Amino acid sequence: MALSADTDFKTRLQTWLPKLVLSPSLALVLVFVYGFILFSVYLSFTDSRLLPSFGWVGWENYSKLWRLSHWETSLTNMGIFAALYIGICTALGLSLAIFLDQKIRGEGFIRTIYLYPMALSFIVTGTAWKWFLDPGIGLENVMQSWGWTSFEFDWIKNRDFAIYTVVLAAVWQTSGFVMAMFLAGLRGIDNEILKAAQMDGASNWNLYRRIIIPQLRPAFLSAFVILSHLAIKTFDLVIALTGGGPGRATELPATFMYSYTFSRNQMGIGAASATIMLMTIAAIMIPYLYAELREKK
Amino acid sequence: MSVATQDTAIRTGRVTRTLIYLVLVLFALFYMLPLYVMVVNSVKPLEEITGGGMMNLPVVFTLEPWAKAWSSAQIGVEPTGLSPYFWNSIKMVVPAVAISTVLGALNGYVLTKWRFKYDTIVFGLILFACFIPFQIVLIPMAKMLGLMGLAGTTWGLVLVHVVYGVGFTTLYFRNYYAVFPTELIRAAQIDGAGFFQIFWRILLPSSGPIAVVSIIWQFTNIWNDFLFGASFAGAGSQPMTVALNNLVQASHGVKEYNVHFAGAILAALPTLLVYIVAGRYFVRGLMAGSVKG
Repeated sequence: MALSADTDFKTRLQTWLPKLVLSPSLALVLVFVYGFILFSVYLSFTDSRLLPSFGWVGWENYSKLWRLSHWETSLTNMGIFAALYIGICTALGLSLAIFLDQKIRGEGFIRTIYLYPMALSFIVTGTAWKWFLDPGIGLENVMQSWGWTSFEFDWIKNRDFAIYTVVLAAVWQTSGFVMAMFLAGLRGIDNEILKAAQMDGASNWNLYRRIIIPQLRPAFLSAFVILSHLAIKTFDLVIALTGGGPGRATELPATFMYSYTFSRNQMGIGAASATIMLMTIAAIMIPYLYAELREKK
Repeated sequence: MSVATQDTAIRTGRVTRTLIYLVLVLFALFYMLPLYVMVVNSVKPLEEITGGGMMNLPVVFTLEPWAKAWSSAQIGVEPTGLSPYFWNSIKMVVPAVAISTVLGALNGYVLTKWRFKYDTIVFGLILFACFIPFQIVLIPMAKMLGLMGLAGTTWGLVLVHVVYGVGFTTLYFRNYYAVFPTELIRAAQIDGAGFFQIFWRILLPSSGPIAVVSIIWQFTNIWNDFLFGASFAGAGSQPMTVALNNLVQASHGVKEYNVHFAGAILAALPTLLVYIVAGRYFVRGLMAGSVKG
């Protein structure tokens, strides 16, 4: 009797054990991710300023937010930054991958060089580019000291051009990674089809345009999802490179949220901006994850 | 028929190849440029930089900037150099990487070998957590860490990094274990092996490649994190990235670019070393996990 109760307990434990093992992670995620998201979204409808407070104000923070020129600047910058960052990284990554796929001597070495920026912190990247682009000591000064006295390059200090220096540093950091994604895609393409097409007299250009690049669709999709998500999250790079300046010329939603929440004591507006960021990312990620998880079933 | 034409169908002419090499080398120079700038300028006296010699090799070689960045540069209010912050980062990274990797391995094991109803939804919930903009959790997290008595501590940061890293580690292990033969698990079950015995004796011994991926990924992400460090760290737990930013952005006194560059290299060194030593295993492990998902 005692023995059977014991084995009964054991079998029951065995069926529950897997769920028991998974539960701490699930609990952490439910509280710290989904619970926190609800809390932040709730705060965006309250009169929170320095500290969270629970006076309901409806959509007031959102209507205030959309009237702020500061927010408008952040969004415009985000548009410029995201479009150029995603576009250039994809174009550059694909081109370099195609070039590197031509039986290049020292491919491993070149790949290592292209990829190492990914290992660095954005703070390090920001610091390096900040001083390299600084007109006082960097490129401009170097060119002038080499004799090209009329050379001017002050983008990082120029309100109209500073955002492009953020694009430059971000592209430098991630394009090698995108290259690696496309290279993996290229290596997975069946050579037989290519040979057959070549027999039919297709030129290299047509091979790529008609056969190879269309087959890279999954790589394009992953690159787009990863890059757009990185773009929306961009924060440290701006802090290190320009600090959001000159003026507000390089503010992005992430830096906007941080300064409104933690230094301007406008937590309600900060939470509203964070909610909009989340919605934007969710609109891109959820369909992607849904499709990925369904496929793999 | 040469070997080369058997592997790839694309044939290129001499001129095209020369151009390709040219472009590849130019971009190699572009990617190397910031590293070159950091390294040469970290070993020269300040006057050589301000005098317009940023691209030149040092005339006078000195390790002074490195010594200063490490042990005496002004960070915030204290002239401590970056060394205490380096150790703060280590104390944060090691437990956070270990805990999130172990949790990821167990989760991946359950989600592939002990499947239950709605397990894909559970996985989706855990996975989406990796991709949220962290701005959405900053305010409640600050409050929660305060309630738990972890505000401003290294353990608070460890908790934060485990929570927002476990989705990635679960993803890696899940994809890796998905292709592991389930028959082996069933056979062991028939022989009477329990949940943990199977994990310990059968799955774990062959988990090396994906463990490497998980560890490298988490190490790089956590070491390089700035947002959480800047938001939640206290005086005694600020990580390296935050300290480096404080050093570089300091508005007082002379800007010691050479010290900044040395500091930047110090902050980059651990992840760079990991990348150079183990980068190969990272790519290989990723491939092993993504053959079939």
